Amino acid sequence: MKDLIWQVGEALPPLVKEPVHKVQLLKYAGASGDYNLIHTDVETARAVGLGDVIAHGMLSMGFLGQYLTTLAGPEGVRRLKVRFQAMVRLQDVLTCKGVVKELSPAEGGRQLALLEVWAENQKGEKVTAGEAEVYVPA
Amino acid sequence: MTVDRSLIGRESEPVVYEVERGAIRKFADAIGDSNPVYQRGDVAPPTFPTTFRVDIPGLSFDLKRCLHGGEEYTYARPIRAGDRITVVRRVKDIYQREGSLGLMTFYILESEGKDPDGNLVFTGRSTIIVR
Repeated sequence: MKDLIWQVGEALPPLVKEPVHKVQLLKYAGASGDYNLIHTDVETARAVGLGDVIAHGMLSMGFLGQYLTTLAGPEGVRRLKVRFQAMVRLQDVLTCKGVVKELSPAEGGRQLALLEVWAENQKGEKVTAGEAEVYVPA
Repeated sequence: MTVDRSLIGRESEPVVYEVERGAIRKFADAIGDSNPVYQRGDVAPPTFPTTFRVDIPGLSFDLKRCLHGGEEYTYARPIRAGDRITVVRRVKDIYQREGSLGLMTFYILESEGKDPDGNLVFTGRSTIIVR
């Protein structure tokens, strides 16, 4: 990534995901084993007052996982912690964002970065937010 | 609603998962992660431990009344195709809070995945909220 600067207070380049699609929720249900029908069946979603299906919270966390490995590589993620703050609906476009909060020395001469990370929707609402620790790429 | 706090400390049996390349590929495809190491199924994306669905005896949720409040994973290393991971899940805490939707019960569930030599691979911590 070109404009990636590992400095405290620095915003990291965002990752914009494709709009959330019904087929994606079906695939995620199958791949993750989360068959709660509020994510895939509109009748169930309506019966519990949701209006329409909502995305799995873990899908948005998966987007943030992708974000971290885009920044730090598949070997570079030490921790990811999120809260699911708002529902994600079909056609929502999520953007993953992050800010470097702390840098500290880690084992093996590496540097560990504490990040604030979140996924926000097209209205700028943080739907899934938390913090992460990644190793700064050498 | 009464809460059975005697479930705190309750633990699952250890369950061994053999991490398959195809399962990794399907998971990466569902997320839409095009990184070749995930598309080939060599390495599992960070949230892959969610696929390890271990039951804790005596603990079940009415899916229509529960919300996933939060999730945390820590990693000693990435999970790779061919890994054999033994997962144990336990009830760490149960408590109630008055919220905007009335009284809600919070379940904190922790999990731990180890390799065949007993080395820690990941830990997980889930917050499940029951309305």
